[in-house]
Amino acid sequence: MADAGMLRFHVPEPEVRPGGTPDFSNVTIPKAGSVPRPETDVDPRTIRDMAFSIIRVLNRAGEAVGPWAGLLSDDELLDGLRHMMTLRSFDARMQMAQRQGKTSFYMQHLGEEAVSCAFRRALAPGDMNFPTYRQAGLLIADGYPMVTMMNQIYSNEADPLKGRQLPIMYSSKEHGFFSISGNLATQYIQAVGWAMASAISNDSKIAAAWIGDGSTAESDFHSALVFASTYKAPVVLNVVNNQWAISTFQGIARGGSGTFAARGLGFGIPSLRVDGNDYLAVHAVAKWAAERARSNLGPTLVEYVTYRVGAHSSSDDPSAYRPKAESDAWPLGDPIVRLKNHLIQRGVWSDERHTQAEAEILETVIAAQREAERHGTLHAGGKPSTRDMFEGVYAEMPPHLRRQRQQAGV
Amino acid sequence: MPRRTMIEAIRDAMDVSMARDERVIVFGEDVGFFGGVFRCTQGLQAKYGKSRCFDAPISEAGIVGSAIGMAAYGLKPCVEVQFADYVYPAYDQIVSEAARLRYRSNGDFTCPIVVRMPTGGGIFGGQTHSQSPEALFTHVSGLKVVVPSNPHDAKGLLIAAIEDPDPVIFLEPKRLYNGPFDGHHERPVTPWSKHELGEVADGHYTVPLGMAVIRRPGVAVTVLAYGTMVYVAEAAAEETGIDAEIIDLRTLLPLDLETIVGSVKKTGRCVIVHEATLTSGFGAELSALVQENCFYHLEAPVARVAGWDTPYPHAQEWDYFPGPARLGRALLETMEA
Repeated sequence: MADAGMLRFHVPEPEVRPGGTPDFSNVTIPKAGSVPRPETDVDPRTIRDMAFSIIRVLNRAGEAVGPWAGLLSDDELLDGLRHMMTLRSFDARMQMAQRQGKTSFYMQHLGEEAVSCAFRRALAPGDMNFPTYRQAGLLIADGYPMVTMMNQIYSNEADPLKGRQLPIMYSSKEHGFFSISGNLATQYIQAVGWAMASAISNDSKIAAAWIGDGSTAESDFHSALVFASTYKAPVVLNVVNNQWAISTFQGIARGGSGTFAARGLGFGIPSLRVDGNDYLAVHAVAKWAAERARSNLGPTLVEYVTYRVGAHSSSDDPSAYRPKAESDAWPLGDPIVRLKNHLIQRGVWSDERHTQAEAEILETVIAAQREAERHGTLHAGGKPSTRDMFEGVYAEMPPHLRRQRQQAGV
Repeated sequence: MPRRTMIEAIRDAMDVSMARDERVIVFGEDVGFFGGVFRCTQGLQAKYGKSRCFDAPISEAGIVGSAIGMAAYGLKPCVEVQFADYVYPAYDQIVSEAARLRYRSNGDFTCPIVVRMPTGGGIFGGQTHSQSPEALFTHVSGLKVVVPSNPHDAKGLLIAAIEDPDPVIFLEPKRLYNGPFDGHHERPVTPWSKHELGEVADGHYTVPLGMAVIRRPGVAVTVLAYGTMVYVAEAAAEETGIDAEIIDLRTLLPLDLETIVGSVKKTGRCVIVHEATLTSGFGAELSALVQENCFYHLEAPVARVAGWDTPYPHAQEWDYFPGPARLGRALLETMEA
């Protein structure tokens, strides 16, 4: 073999940086309706190509086409639109509240609303999500009160988590929403354990694991796939690929793997890719994966191809690392606009009604915000007691904590 | 009363717990069919089936992480990490998740898991089969940390740990699995069948967490010990002729401060002994507590005898292991101070 010369170190780079022209020409987008819908008991080895395609239902004309279409009624779709619009409106108000100093921190879902809102509607009561910090649509679509979410964000006297948690780290067992942790990917393997427990208990409930593109690089992602594969756990393993992990483009976590879905193939886990901005496609794929889990057919990995339109968080400025207009160039568009156009195309919605709905939803969100603010915001009004700080570390307070609570004068 | 080794007592504790509560699940590497590399889970899979006791992939983070998910569902997993030296891949799950789940969710979710792991040296285990990482867990709010020193306690403490509503790190001194060990490696080891604490009752009983026990009453000096060091302390007291009061802490977190303070106020002297390395070891916490609570009763500086601040060596096993000679010197110095 010829001498190859000095070794060269490889560091992946995004196509474009600030000042450049956004370019997604390398992203292959299959036509809506072109990916087949296999039976849920399909032999995983026969659908490996699905990890490299994108399941889509809504076409450019706003029509629902292909084998993954036709699952949802007009009313269900109108509900879905309302959930996504509510989440977007909620995000805008809370982002503003953070800028006004009413809370310390916020993270938006802009552009990713379809993923969590549509997924939630494919689950059954009692199923458990293990979300990241960017799936609040799971709560909104399940009817969790917005006021309670805001109370948590404000860390006020009505905060269900007693002011102990950073804003947006919600928890609701009742709504199938596992307590959010700041430590990335930890919940992915926990979801698999929850699903194993359901199987051990001969229950009928399933779990849904959530992770972003960047966090797939964490070792818990690997643990989760191993355990899910070994024990055929009834879990849906969701990867939300929004292209960005703070400032790091998805190629850094993905490396030489063609797609994130392809990571599942080595574990023998059926792995699908879906248009994350297509409410109908997300719902259909979620339903397929949930049915597989519930039928003892084991885990499914789903990669949602979407784009993080907003900043990573209220502490982030994306213009420092990507072109400002990049989200406008994103070829899968906006999930709300696409569902809206589909509903207009179906004849059950109109631009006028949409504008009216936007105003109504904003009013509802503002009313919830007013109610939450009556309980206080981070720096004003009612707040959780200092006593609450010492509670709940253990089921029963041990002597050393009792002494410390006394020292704190509470 | 039947005599059992520590291994048999630990196995019996899991057997009793699994029989009483079908939510108790046991798993880990080689724990299922084979019954564990130390035989602690032998027969459990045959008796309770593969859904209750099973083999896990070699992934400590996976074992503890999945156990946390199971606990959130409502089961009570008692999982094994093959050696405490290998718990580090699971450290994030233990510290960031298990310990905080109740607190961060305000009790919406809880984590009643037990993580068992063989700990300690004195067996020519070298660097990765001898460590005593208890201080890495006692520093974590939300955990309970237990170190038994004999079969009777091991069974009672493990049943209590499994029934406890909070996550418990259960460190089993593997040097004590088959018999007590006082550090005299040149002498043959006596089995638990010849020791009174090898008497382990059948059926269900508990030894409550958070309670120390006085192993040897004395008036001259208080020795704070746990695990293998309890027997080292007994040997050192006998060999020096010093009337030491030896306290077996049993639970490090939450700590039985009352028993410690009561003893030191009586003796006026305190020597702390552990296998783990000295700097920032659990002995530092004990020393600080004794100083804070017994300052006006102390007649000598609080002394610490511990592993040296080096990785655990292989050939130099007995130069490293804090044996009765080293502890004896500390006792004499403390008495003379």
